[in-house]
Amino acid sequence: MVGIVITSHSKNIAEGVKELAQQMAPEVPIAASGGTSDGRIGTDVMKIMNAIESVYSEDGVVLIFDLGSAFMNAEMAIEMMDEEKAKKIKIVDCPIVEGAVTSAVESSIGKSIEEIEEALKPMNLGKMP
Amino acid sequence: MSINGKKVIEILTQIAVKIDENKGYLSELDATIGDGDHGINMSKGFKAVTEKLKEDNGVDIAGILKKTGMALVSTVGGASGPLYGTAFMKSSMSVNGKTEIDIKDFSNMLKDALGGIKMRGKATAGEKTMIDALEPALEAINKGIEQGLESKAILKLAKEAAYNGVEYTKTIIATKGRASYLGERSIGHQDAGATSSAIILETIYEAIE
Repeated sequence: MVGIVITSHSKNIAEGVKELAQQMAPEVPIAASGGTSDGRIGTDVMKIMNAIESVYSEDGVVLIFDLGSAFMNAEMAIEMMDEEKAKKIKIVDCPIVEGAVTSAVESSIGKSIEEIEEALKPMNLGKMP
Repeated sequence: MSINGKKVIEILTQIAVKIDENKGYLSELDATIGDGDHGINMSKGFKAVTEKLKEDNGVDIAGILKKTGMALVSTVGGASGPLYGTAFMKSSMSVNGKTEIDIKDFSNMLKDALGGIKMRGKATAGEKTMIDALEPALEAINKGIEQGLESKAILKLAKEAAYNGVEYTKTIIATKGRASYLGERSIGHQDAGATSSAIILETIYEAIE
């Protein structure tokens, strides 16, 4: 089952989106990484790495983010991970709420990471430069 | 100019002090056209750098720069974390194994740092970012080296070019980062990231004999 990581500048947004997506698909591994380690608004590479690790499996991980710099930190987190693992982690450009719900549902019915990426394509917001 | 790792740590510590002194100013600039956290984020980040470097023996310059990058990445929070973090990590590439660096090394470090920022932010000059301060500074350094100027004089030209770049950011529309949501409203305001870059270069200038 594909794991899902929700990365937001806000801890509450990340947790809230996870809650919403989890309701649709309780069995899917979903991790939230929001805010900095000292509770400010922002994102943190280490937190993102830990979130990825916590939901990682051979099936891969879809990472969904909110705003620009969350993307940069997500990229850095993946670059710092083991190369074999890094290949199976996909950052996807989509609205954070709709994207999380869709990927959770897709993952719960056994879709592959490529299929989930495909399902999210119509939601592309052009926020990945 | 030839400086060792201990001096590099000293300069980084001075940068932390200078950024902290300017944190209100930087956040104010950022609040006008962004999310208003640049000063506090940078101050937190460089404080973490100072803490991390306290235990460093000051020998391996590349190691010092990598540690600086890692500390920024894991504490800053905003976009300046991955951008400055990548910049410092990349700047270590050309000085691997060195225990002393000169102005030519600094030019290479800045070139790699700038390349890292462009890669990470997918940005180029003229988008109202730190690149608009750093790129002209790098050009000034290379010109100064070509002309055979003293290191201190070269670094003076670099910080002046950076501050001119900051002025230039007032005249252009932001297309990257949070300020890009404001479009034309961003005109007339200087970019906070370009300003912190200029402050860093100014601190380096002041720290070199």
